[in-house]
Amino acid sequence: MSYTFQFGVIAQYQNEILAGIWMTIKLSVASIILGCACGIVLASVRSMKPGIGRILVDAYVEIIRNTPFLVQLFIVYFGMPGLGIRVSAVTAALIGMTINLAAYSTEIIRAGIESIHKSQIEAGEALGFTRLQIYRHVIIMPAIAKVYPALCSQFVLMMLASSVCSAISTNELAASAAFVESQSFRSFEVYIVVTLIYLALALALRGMLAMIGLWLFGRRVARRTAVALPEVQT
Amino acid sequence: MILRTFGFSEFGFLVSALLWTVVLTIIALSGGGIVGFFIALARTSTHKWLRIVAATYIQIIQGIPVLMILFLSYYGLSLAGLQLPPLVAAGASMTIYASGYLAEIWRGCIQSVPKQQWEASESLAMTRTQQYRYVILPQALRISLPSTVGFAVQVVKNTSITSIIGFVELARAGQLINNATFQPFRVFIAVAALYFVVCYPLSQLSRWLERRLHARSHR
Amino acid sequence: MPEVIVENVHKSFGMVEVLKGVSLTVERGEVIALIGRSGSGKSTLLRCINGLEKINSGRIEIAGHTVSSDPKQLRALRTDVGIVFQSYNLFPHLSVGENIMLAPKIVKNVAKAQTRETAERVLKLVGLSEKFDAYPDELSGGQQQRVAIARSLAMQPKVMLFDEVTSALDPELTEEVLNVMEQLARDGMTMILVTHEMAFARRVATKTIFMHQGKIWEEGLSKQLFSDPQTPELRQFVKADVK
Repeated sequence: MSYTFQFGVIAQYQNEILAGIWMTIKLSVASIILGCACGIVLASVRSMKPGIGRILVDAYVEIIRNTPFLVQLFIVYFGMPGLGIRVSAVTAALIGMTINLAAYSTEIIRAGIESIHKSQIEAGEALGFTRLQIYRHVIIMPAIAKVYPALCSQFVLMMLASSVCSAISTNELAASAAFVESQSFRSFEVYIVVTLIYLALALALRGMLAMIGLWLFGRRVARRTAVALPEVQT
Repeated sequence: MILRTFGFSEFGFLVSALLWTVVLTIIALSGGGIVGFFIALARTSTHKWLRIVAATYIQIIQGIPVLMILFLSYYGLSLAGLQLPPLVAAGASMTIYASGYLAEIWRGCIQSVPKQQWEASESLAMTRTQQYRYVILPQALRISLPSTVGFAVQVVKNTSITSIIGFVELARAGQLINNATFQPFRVFIAVAALYFVVCYPLSQLSRWLERRLHARSHR
Repeated sequence: MPEVIVENVHKSFGMVEVLKGVSLTVERGEVIALIGRSGSGKSTLLRCINGLEKINSGRIEIAGHTVSSDPKQLRALRTDVGIVFQSYNLFPHLSVGENIMLAPKIVKNVAKAQTRETAERVLKLVGLSEKFDAYPDELSGGQQQRVAIARSLAMQPKVMLFDEVTSALDPELTEEVLNVMEQLARDGMTMILVTHEMAFARRVATKTIFMHQGKIWEEGLSKQLFSDPQTPELRQFVKADVK
């Protein structure tokens, strides 16, 4: 085998690649914020008394967690127009990622809420907190603090999984890679470079999430974030 | 062009493609299981450099998209002059992907066996291999069952990514049917439903194993 | 020749020196009790003697083996030296019988029929013949500890080490374990035990060693040592125990 690696060629396409990186970052950040917000709301609904709300949330979480992200994207991008809802590839990617991440966030935050002791809530009541105050300060924030490492792992996995959005022609990083590959015919080099970029993005995202955790919850969480077991998914 | 509608024969095609999804999952779990097992051993080894190499491997696999592993295996293999069917590239990349995650899951299980078990078996003059074989791994295995089954669900779902290099499993079959019928909503809901039929029981099994493990350790 | 020789042993954990030049000898058939406050270094000394902790300097010989860091030599040593821990450390996935038969079978390659015979004999010795097929989590703490002793005995050791084996047990369970140990002592086993049971040390141990701040502070025949302590530290230690 006499193959000479030529990484130099790829430099010509740095604008395409930078655009791809920027799109991946935008999609990831937006879906993390939206997905996490939905997760908090749904986990709250889930933690209320048994009823239709709980059944619906459970069904949603189970359906999303037991089907591939790629197929979810297909349904949003190719399937929805059949129902009269037509969206761009980028919007479809954002919707798909948010729907997916919301389900996982719900499940993780639910576990956090269930780990909050009844006595904590009673202590809040004894201190004369309103129900909303109890919910915010005694239940939701401590619950999220507890499961923050698992949430972070999920966020990183979502960023990595966003590469699949190239399959519905969303022009993020993996799509840039495919474009550069088709232009330069240096497939292997292109994918090595892009893989390293993803690795750097993952490390940067992990670092940033650890800093946000430090800012939000203080020292006790940041320490655990560093050794968190990833909750595996796409 | 004659448009077909999504009917029984199309559904039958999806079901037969589901078989390939299952085959690929089994390849990924057995291949990734073997590789991951040795990486987990290296990760818990007494040799510092072995631990570092294993930890780096795990960090890299968990820090890059499955899609990139797939492309790198696909183009890497053809670069090596091998014109192989997509199944090989798909199987190889799924194996690499699964090994990185299984290694990390099992590392956690090995390390959750109390260190007194190491001391007790060491004091009975066992070699390190005997300690693993007779004392540590049997205990780690029981702890690992729920999370391993849970990870199997992720593998089933992630095999869908191999459709992107043209391997005809369930997701790719869905695209093909969709191209012939132009009934994307129906087709992809059917595809999703088939994945669900495989994944949901596995998820429930994982949960049941988790509860059982928990009940036992609190006895 | 003595069964155990410990010569000027030093041991540090990081910056903290826990053994500051410890020397002692144990003759065959002797029972030595190591007593002292927690942190006095007595458990560390015991763990150094069978190589679970590496010493920084000095020399330890036991049952004809020199303690080194060579794994092969260490394994040879451990076939002749049994140790029982505070937390029993039975293998939870194996039955009582399997716990006892495992090491003789895989380490010493003893034939299966013979390991079974040995297992039954040592189980009878600790009074648990009927528990052969039980699992550790079905036994009381005292029973588990007796199985742990039987597991060590099945290797037919020349020396037995006991590391605070009754500290995790209720008083009534403590008694059944101590009885087994007393029986062993009477049968002539060479034993070193780290213990908080002063009455037991006084009655069973031929010699008692009081450790303080990483050194052997005072040692002597058990009866003498307890009835006539020479140093103020031992006097206070013995008094605190009576109270």
